[in-house]
Amino acid sequence: MDAILNQYQELIGSAVARKTTLCIRGGGSKEFYGNSLSGEIFDTNAYCGVVDYDPGELVITARCGTPLSEIETTLRANDQMLAFEPPYFAPNATLGGCIAAGLSGPRRASTGAIRDYLLGVRMLNGLGEDLYFGGRVMKNVAGYDVTRFLAGSLGTLGVILQASLKVLPLPQYEMTLNFEIDAASAIAKLNRWVGLGIPISASCHVDKHLTVRLSGSESRLAALRQTLGGERVAQDVSFWKAIRDHTHDFFQTDQPLWRLSIKSSAPPLKISDKQLVEWNGSMRWCQGGLEPSTARRVAETHGGHATLFRSNDNKHSVFHPLPLLMLNLHKRLKQTFDPHLIFNPGRMYPEF
Amino acid sequence: MRAEELVSRLSRFLPAEAILHEEALLRPYECDALSIYRHVPLAVVLPVNEIEVQEILRVCFRMQIAVVARGAGTGLSGGALPVPNGIVLALTKLNQILDIDPLARTARVQPGVTNAAISEAANEFGLYYAPDPSSQIACSIGGNVAENSGGVHCLKYGLTLQNILSLRTVTIDGELLTVGSQGLDAPGYDLLALMTGSEGLLGVITEVTVKLLPIPEYAQVVLAAFDDVAQAGQAVANIISAGIIPAGLEMMDQGATRAVEAFIHAGYPLDAAAVLLCESDGSRDDVETEISRIMQVMRESGATQMTCSQSEAERLQLWSGRKAAFPAVGRLASDYYCMDGTIPRKALAAVLNRIAELSAHYRLACVNVFHAGDGNLHPLIMFDANHPDELRRAEEFGGAILELCIAVGGTITGEHGVGTEKINHMCIQFGTAELKTFHGIKTAFDRYALLNPGKAVPTLQRCAEFGAMHVKRGQEKFPELPRF
Repeated sequence: MDAILNQYQELIGSAVARKTTLCIRGGGSKEFYGNSLSGEIFDTNAYCGVVDYDPGELVITARCGTPLSEIETTLRANDQMLAFEPPYFAPNATLGGCIAAGLSGPRRASTGAIRDYLLGVRMLNGLGEDLYFGGRVMKNVAGYDVTRFLAGSLGTLGVILQASLKVLPLPQYEMTLNFEIDAASAIAKLNRWVGLGIPISASCHVDKHLTVRLSGSESRLAALRQTLGGERVAQDVSFWKAIRDHTHDFFQTDQPLWRLSIKSSAPPLKISDKQLVEWNGSMRWCQGGLEPSTARRVAETHGGHATLFRSNDNKHSVFHPLPLLMLNLHKRLKQTFDPHLIFNPGRMYPEF
Repeated sequence: MRAEELVSRLSRFLPAEAILHEEALLRPYECDALSIYRHVPLAVVLPVNEIEVQEILRVCFRMQIAVVARGAGTGLSGGALPVPNGIVLALTKLNQILDIDPLARTARVQPGVTNAAISEAANEFGLYYAPDPSSQIACSIGGNVAENSGGVHCLKYGLTLQNILSLRTVTIDGELLTVGSQGLDAPGYDLLALMTGSEGLLGVITEVTVKLLPIPEYAQVVLAAFDDVAQAGQAVANIISAGIIPAGLEMMDQGATRAVEAFIHAGYPLDAAAVLLCESDGSRDDVETEISRIMQVMRESGATQMTCSQSEAERLQLWSGRKAAFPAVGRLASDYYCMDGTIPRKALAAVLNRIAELSAHYRLACVNVFHAGDGNLHPLIMFDANHPDELRRAEEFGGAILELCIAVGGTITGEHGVGTEKINHMCIQFGTAELKTFHGIKTAFDRYALLNPGKAVPTLQRCAEFGAMHVKRGQEKFPELPRF
């Protein structure tokens, strides 16, 4: 593995010397996400493998090229899981890409995002320096929290070499229920249910159907089934996988897909006829050729932001524009990690 | 005089009572809860709103005067220690709960609101704010964010970062910067993660949007006694390996239980080498199931005695000992020094044995309380600050404990922050390249290093003078030696 590391450092050194740029790539499962790619491919697949896993410590450490599926299989054998339910989008998704993309799946609203489970990272910065931040322990406030800051940075700050993640036990029992109900009532109901302590671990509303996953002890869920009503969904595992990886019918379209991350209690948005609500109302997927300015204004009205998650064109302003002060701060932070601007230029914002 | 010019400039927009500059009035601000370090600030400024905070920072930026933001001053690492020729920006008067949204389960609060006040205000909606540092009746939410505070329930409910959505902050040049959003993420880099726990070095918080959770319907706690510390440590690992994430999982060694029993009679066994307190919360059904599983694992792990709370009064009684641990130790010694390392749980027994050896070596008593579920250890070193030699030995003993935590793969601070106290030990935990990155981040926010200078991240020069060597992970000297 040291030989691979040396090779990586040489690639970085050479990019700096030749003033070229690098496009960091793991499985390539999320290449569609973000602005257009540029630069020479920097392949992270070879640096792979689980380095350490102790179920009693609730921590797994693995290298960036490790397939996400390998990590989840290893954890499942010990009745544990990555609690943020990471989307794959393709079977070859890697841990490094998962962290860089910073995306979390259906369980996000109840158990937290990928950044909440990151405990430590080893990375190469734009000078090829080998850096360690965080560690393998649950609580750590020594220095700025660079580890969590890297989640969702889209490879613009450096190459994530290795990461330690907190894992959780699998829920004792899960049950998925379906209700026929309109979007406005679904959003209100979800917010109320969560406030009452009903253990919702995933939710989805689309086409007048609200689907809710409950996690807890078998007796509790049996009692809730009586109180809440609804139809039991038999194919629950495949249903949530389809929501997680966007293979559900809703996502099968050539239309652009917008991701609006907003306040959970906001009413259904009037900007698109085709909407899918997740995360108890905090996530609204909208389909169709929306005006970017409209999507962004509506998201801001509800305290959030809009991302053009998938589209065939317009790959230069995918993410919600930043106020100037914020954009300048981003540029300075980028330069701290990558002073020669060699990693994934423009992937997040055209300005860096 | 600089102080006079500063007061005169601030007086243009602040009432006289918002600016303290007489020696007697400055004294209460000379330290935080780590009172072994003291400095009298140039002035203490008490704004009442965000606009005043912006104006004050603009004046300081123009005059190049350092600013130490301070909440309730309950911090344990000297993070709010004034710096020479700098002001203290006391945020205690920004103490309004601005809004509670019971449907979306959020509260917008100013930084000076106490942690406990948020839960009190949310109570009428059946909601509460989960992080519960032991100082929660006094500590402020702004300080909690600055330190990324935890508490006894963070194994299940997370630290401050996991329980906030957004911050309004003011940059050193007086500009407003909002990070996070009312949704579950925000565009661009995760600045909410970067600023939480940044110890007042990156910006001044003027508003926090926190998440609220439903108050658990029911909670029960089990007290279990063990003849051996290693066995108690193993019981913790066994509970977690059994797939249980308790709401709280605390350990106290014999020194701590004896100190507590002498103080408040919580009913802890005095002959046990260690006791565990393990709490379950949620619906009555789930709690009863989980408690019976917990008791079974404890029994199989060698618990010699177990008590399970049968009422809310009993539950609070069992917790009262843990919560009174610090004041109980305070009765036994004129001063105590609270450490805050985090270690992998499996290293617990070895670390406690080594701490006992160090205690003998430095001739200072030390008792241990431990957030066992998440590996966060709080050794309390007892000493008398009036004996200069005891203070020196206490600091050295504390330093040795921090180095021990790093050596077993842990960290020098789990929840109290680096502040002034652990600044030298940052040189051991981090190498030059990491420290340079931290300084780069600082410069990106505050290029003249005016916000809380000298705290949290040591200069490279300081590390060179401190002289301790950074141990690069995986490249330890003598790799053949077991490091548990």
